Amino acid sequence: MSLSGPTEAIAFTQGAAAGTVPASRVPAVTGAQAERHDAAGAAGRSRLASTGRALGKSLAKSLAPWALPLAILAVWQAAASLGFLSSRVLPAPGDVAIAFWRTLRDGTLLSNISVSTGRALTGLAIGGGIGFALGVLNGVWKPAETALDSTLQMLRNVPHLAIIPLVILWFGIDEEAKIFLVAVGVAFPIYLNTYHGIRNVDSGLIEMARVYGLSPAALFTRIVLPGALPSVLVGLRYALGIMWLTLIVAETISSTEGIGYMTMNAREFLQTDVVVLGVLAYALLGKLADSLTRAIEQRALAWNPAYQPGGKGVA
Amino acid sequence: MEIFAASDAEISAALRDRESREVEIRETFRSPRFPETATAERWQGERIRLNNVVKSFGARTVLRRLDLDVPAGQFLAVVGRSGGGKTTLMRLICGLDTATSGEVRIGEAPVTGLMPQVRLLFQDARLAPWQRVIGNVGIARGPGWREKAHAALKDVGLADRGREWPSVLSGGQKQRVALARALVSRPGVLLLDEPFGALDALTRVEMHRLTERIWKEHGFTVVLITHDVAEAVSLADRVVVLRQGEIALDVPVDLPRGGRTGAEAARLHERILAAV
Ligand SMILES: Nc1ncnc2c1ncn2[C@@H]1O[C@H](COP(=O)(O)OP(=O)(O)OP(=O)(O)O)[C@@H](O)[C@H]1O
Ligand SMILES: [Mg+2]
Repeated sequence: MSLSGPTEAIAFTQGAAAGTVPASRVPAVTGAQAERHDAAGAAGRSRLASTGRALGKSLAKSLAPWALPLAILAVWQAAASLGFLSSRVLPAPGDVAIAFWRTLRDGTLLSNISVSTGRALTGLAIGGGIGFALGVLNGVWKPAETALDSTLQMLRNVPHLAIIPLVILWFGIDEEAKIFLVAVGVAFPIYLNTYHGIRNVDSGLIEMARVYGLSPAALFTRIVLPGALPSVLVGLRYALGIMWLTLIVAETISSTEGIGYMTMNAREFLQTDVVVLGVLAYALLGKLADSLTRAIEQRALAWNPAYQPGGKGVA
Repeated sequence: MEIFAASDAEISAALRDRESREVEIRETFRSPRFPETATAERWQGERIRLNNVVKSFGARTVLRRLDLDVPAGQFLAVVGRSGGGKTTLMRLICGLDTATSGEVRIGEAPVTGLMPQVRLLFQDARLAPWQRVIGNVGIARGPGWREKAHAALKDVGLADRGREWPSVLSGGQKQRVALARALVSRPGVLLLDEPFGALDALTRVEMHRLTERIWKEHGFTVVLITHDVAEAVSLADRVVVLRQGEIALDVPVDLPRGGRTGAEAARLHERILAAV
């Protein structure tokens, strides 16, 4: 963003200058005016130079945040190479890179990542689907709300990781246990935010829709759902965080594949490089999921001034 | 009661006058020099009748035995203090609420639920922010909605704004979009619940002209609710004052349209103010 800022500003001023002077109203160039014209050219050149400087400045600005991490990495690598840091405690960054390359080549990294991602998404689909459906049901239908909401609010206070022993008793240590845990974890934030989103849709708009003859289905898809969407997406973002966290815990308890298995297995053999690699993989997946929801928000909420380009606000 | 009798006679005279004018306009448009264009299409206005209407909320009676007959195509203004029951009256006419007793009829049909031939313009524009302007105008969709919505936008002078989000429009433009949305289904009755109240004076005058022009072109019945007596006098065929749920005054406005500023308009203004 900081990179594109100055160029955008320039494009804007040039466009404005071209737009405000119709060709027919530009007078013929006289001697005195030609001089001024030259001066204008010089001003333009110096403006270009200053743009170049500004560009360099903003490049430096955008690189600045990376300076500290790079320095830490360098110190870390040096400490490990010089033997100050045992590889049993923390592997050298170079070793992590080598482990990355090795596991990438033999395919274990990607297959473990895809197994973990599959679990996460399955759990999200099931739990998120249930949470969303319940949120919609309780949001639009009063009897359902009366019957279900207080129960759900109570259940929501149970930390889902606390039921791991029960889950193991129910499902053993198979896939179902992990997917179940993820599903329980993501269901509540999505339920809560969908429910509140729907309850907070502007009642004036709903009345308008009724006066203008929208069927209940059209009312739902054209007014209620879009109105609740910002809130639903906030719920989704919360849910994604919980999703990865739950998966990490669940996979660490027991697995025969997946990133959690990869790290626990590596721990047995004191391969700290692979453990760190696994941690990085989790971090990357989490970041990826978050960026994805942001992209969805930008697209789906384009109507909201806060998400429009140049708009200020949550985005 | 005398007021009623007098005004009835005057109203019907005014109506006859308008009918003959309408025939004239129609004749003009039928002539080969003016092929039928979509820009000034007329549709059927509906008569509104309230018969002994009472509306109470619990122990509070908001409308007391109201009788009102609005002929098809009339531009009626309802003036009254805040809390006088104007919005309540609106909601009964469009079927959002039902009367405690008595009867409301649109045309010949008694109002029992929401009426498709009645459209309501709210004080706030109530545009769905996640629909483009065109999508708001054609909010009810249906076959050919895009063309109809576009025609309605053109009618209110916003033909080129269809692809924008409502959030970028000014207050007056939003109300124009809302007006276009009301016009899409060619309503027989248009209810305006202080739609211009929040606008600045210049924009309000602009909206008055627009509303008047569109009403003249299409010939539907209008009920305009307003606090502004001057607005009522300048736009309406007839002004009704609603005070504490009763009709305190019912007068026709028999003045030429466009610049109702003379002494007679001032006298009418005074008379209405006194009744409010
Ligand atoms: N749903 C309701 N429940 C209870 N009382 C109501 C309801 N709707 C309106 N009222 C009451 O009816 C009376 C008339 O309200 P109404 O909204 O019709 O007034 P109004 O003339 O439109 O006023 P304003 O000019 O301020 O909009 C008020 O005293 C109001 O409190
Ligand atoms: Mg009101």
